[in-house]
Amino acid sequence: MVSLSEFLIVAALLFGIGIAGILINRKNIIVVLMSIELILLAVNTNFIAFSYFLNNLAGQVFVFFILTIAAAEAAIGLAIMVVLFRKRGTLEVQELDLLKG
Amino acid sequence: MDNYLLSIALTIMLLPLAGSVVAGLLGKQIGRAATHCVTILLVGISFLLSCYVFKKIVLEGYPTVQGVVYQWVSSGTFKFDVGLLVDRLSATLIFIVTFVSLMVHIYTIGYMADDPGYQRFFSYVSLFTFAMLTLVLANNFLLLFFGWEGVGLVSYLLIGFWFNRESAVFGSLKAFLVNRVGDVAFVLAIAAIVMIFGQLDYHYVFTHVNLVLDKTIKIFPTVTPPAISVVCVLLFIGAMAKSAQVPLHVWLPESMEGPTPISALIHAATMVTAGIYMVARMSPLFEYSTATLSFILVIGSITCFFMGILAVFHHDIKRVIAYSTLSQLGYMTVALGASAYDAAIFHLVTHAFFKALLFLAAGSVIIALHHEQDMRKMGGLARVMPITYLTFVIGALALAAIPPFAGFYSKDAIIEAVHLSTIPGAKFAYACVLAGAFITPLYIFRALFLTFHGDMRLDAETKKHVHESRWVVLIPLIALAVPSIFAGGMLVGPMLFMKPRLLGDSIFVLPAHDVLSQLAVHFHGAKNMALEAGQSLPLWLAFMGIVVAWIFNLYKPSLAEKLKKQFALLYSIMVQKYGFDDFNQLVFVHGTRRLGTFFYKISDLILIDGIFVNGSGRLIQWFARVSRHLQSGYIYHYALVMIGGLLIFLGWLLLGS
Amino acid sequence: MTVLQIIFYLFSSLAVFSALMVVISSNPVRGALFLVLTFFCMAGLWMLLHAEFLALTLVLVYVGAVMTLFLFVVMMLSVTRLNLREGFVRYLPISVLIVLSVTGLAIMVVGPQRFGLIQMPLPPATPADFSNTASLGLLLYTHYAFPFEIAAIVLLTAIVAAITLTHRQYPKKHKSQRVSQQIAVSPKDRMRLVNMPSEPKINSTRKGQ
Repeated sequence: MVSLSEFLIVAALLFGIGIAGILINRKNIIVVLMSIELILLAVNTNFIAFSYFLNNLAGQVFVFFILTIAAAEAAIGLAIMVVLFRKRGTLEVQELDLLKG
Repeated sequence: MDNYLLSIALTIMLLPLAGSVVAGLLGKQIGRAATHCVTILLVGISFLLSCYVFKKIVLEGYPTVQGVVYQWVSSGTFKFDVGLLVDRLSATLIFIVTFVSLMVHIYTIGYMADDPGYQRFFSYVSLFTFAMLTLVLANNFLLLFFGWEGVGLVSYLLIGFWFNRESAVFGSLKAFLVNRVGDVAFVLAIAAIVMIFGQLDYHYVFTHVNLVLDKTIKIFPTVTPPAISVVCVLLFIGAMAKSAQVPLHVWLPESMEGPTPISALIHAATMVTAGIYMVARMSPLFEYSTATLSFILVIGSITCFFMGILAVFHHDIKRVIAYSTLSQLGYMTVALGASAYDAAIFHLVTHAFFKALLFLAAGSVIIALHHEQDMRKMGGLARVMPITYLTFVIGALALAAIPPFAGFYSKDAIIEAVHLSTIPGAKFAYACVLAGAFITPLYIFRALFLTFHGDMRLDAETKKHVHESRWVVLIPLIALAVPSIFAGGMLVGPMLFMKPRLLGDSIFVLPAHDVLSQLAVHFHGAKNMALEAGQSLPLWLAFMGIVVAWIFNLYKPSLAEKLKKQFALLYSIMVQKYGFDDFNQLVFVHGTRRLGTFFYKISDLILIDGIFVNGSGRLIQWFARVSRHLQSGYIYHYALVMIGGLLIFLGWLLLGS
Repeated sequence: MTVLQIIFYLFSSLAVFSALMVVISSNPVRGALFLVLTFFCMAGLWMLLHAEFLALTLVLVYVGAVMTLFLFVVMMLSVTRLNLREGFVRYLPISVLIVLSVTGLAIMVVGPQRFGLIQMPLPPATPADFSNTASLGLLLYTHYAFPFEIAAIVLLTAIVAAITLTHRQYPKKHKSQRVSQQIAVSPKDRMRLVNMPSEPKINSTRKGQ
């Protein structure tokens, strides 16, 4: 049978890939958003795996809420991106340095 | 009865305040005549009520009345009340204060007749009376301090009344600053009392003195004097500033810059007597600190003798009287030091009469000569101003302690009391007061001779106009002359020697210090005291003083000039007033300025402005300049930092456990 | 190797591969499609974990709605052609180092020595009529009713925010009617009646000139 550890390792790999996506990417903010989705997916998987192995539904309820929030976040993130693109004409992460001190 | 007397006392206190408010705020609207009518009426009522209280408490012997009128502050266990205490001492004092104040009010009508600040002056004088009455009637230290400060404030306003005169402004500032020195000590004393007793109420403090005799206050790690002595010395330093004792006397001669009525009020009844009154009131404390009594004795005798000498060398008639006040205050202080509190208050009372008289008489001369105060430009006025002359002579005789005038009884009692006193310093004090008995007639008769006798040295223009003053000026003179003659003889028995004394239980004296009781053995009535004066040294000294004054000023003025040349150094020291003013100017004024400049340059400009204010700004600027490079604005940099943090956290979690 | 294990390894390797493709693909549209694939695979894994409702929700909501939105935006903004490799190499070493250490640490933590089958045995099998959806719903509508409502409000806020952000207030380039003014207009505003004297004879006036 598949052990909890294996699920968690898959989640950890996804998590690492998501982080790498954020760090490596310099050209497209959409990919950053998608990387965040990957990270959330990894976290959700962890929750569900523990929920199953501990036989406790609370983990799944949490995932439910995370999905809700993530959807909202994606909607707003994309909206911001649209506005940003209209204003600046670009989505390059390197160009978006208005906060530079 | 208690409440009834208490509300009368409150009325006495508040009437002058009401008068002051009316004169000050509405003076311009109601006009000059209405202003002086209102204030004089209110002070007059206050005086009549004081007479009533005096009669009830002192003559009929009602017990002491005290009570709280209003709770001022309540903080934790501390309660600060506005409370009044009407006992024999305060009843006597309010009687004197309101009487002299009333006389001064009436006199002011004549003296200030053509002054533009007429209403303002009445407002100040009434306010002054209110402050002094508060001081006298207080039943706790805080209200006493309120009155104390009120007196100081109004004296500042009054001395600087003619605020467009530079000398007046300096004089008022000097009075204010010197009084602050004393006030600091006074505040410290009050703080010490709160610390030791936990309350500021007189009654509580005086009845609990026995319990705190063993307490000490740690000033420096190795210096731990008895707490009671610390309190007493601090209180007396406060009194020194108010009652103008050496070396805090310098403000009093300067206070002559104010109008003459106010000089009379300050010197006779109110401000300067506050210190004497306060020490007498605190006699239950001072009695337990022999060291402080010695200190008081020495300071008083120095003031008494050395300030008296200075009066001989001045030409301004008001300054001569001012120095005489210093000298007489020295007498009172000596009496306090010798534990003869009753004698001090007795001298205070008689002095109030004859000193007010002298001042007002001098003021009368000054008005007649159109505000000329230099005695070298007077002379021979006895013929044109007979009533002023007569009253001045009475005042001078009283001051010179010639029997049977008022001053004789009080001063003689003080001298004898000091003679009998055994506390350290009494010998020195006795020598000083004896010398003072010689000096006093010398200077006051010098003033008398210069002003009223000899040739008229007025300029021709003034000579034509000079005439006797108006009746509003003369009435107070006469009214003050009467007690200057009789008050001494009448009061000496009841105040000093009868049992119980006039001031009764208001004054507390330890049996070991009770010199007055020893004196009482030899007392056989006022008349006998006057008759026996011929056998005592002070009277002959006084006559000698008068004769010397006569020789130097009328009989052979050239002798004075010769002596002046012979002892040029001594003379210049006297004219420089022992250099107190120069010393103060050099050390305190210039020293403070230099210190101020130093602090301005070093601590203000460099330390505060440079390092703290601008320095903190510059530090933040620098920090911001450096740290702004951390803010690249790129998301991935932030993410990198976050993940770095996560890494550290994970590592710590994993490897640490 | 049991069937379950085969399914697990299939799905998980596919998920990791497609996740990698999401990150490194140069075309955002392809990246988004790989993300969809990842979601599908992970939904499969969730199924293995008996989280049927959430797995289906992931497919329906995420793939059906969110990813569609992603694709829509990507295509609308026409940023399909971008040289993603630019600057890729320069930051690669440190990024890889950090990612490897984080992942390595995480795997160390969750390794089989801690969460193996011995330490974490399988839960008892659920009865045949057990409904994951029903039990989850029961929990949500009772115990978590309040957070559930808050989540609803968050969603509403997100909708409002997204609309507010993207609804462009155009500067006045186009002309349109103002209906309220049209209705409120009265004849006086539009029409003026002028009384004019009727001219008697044109000829006579000309003569006067």
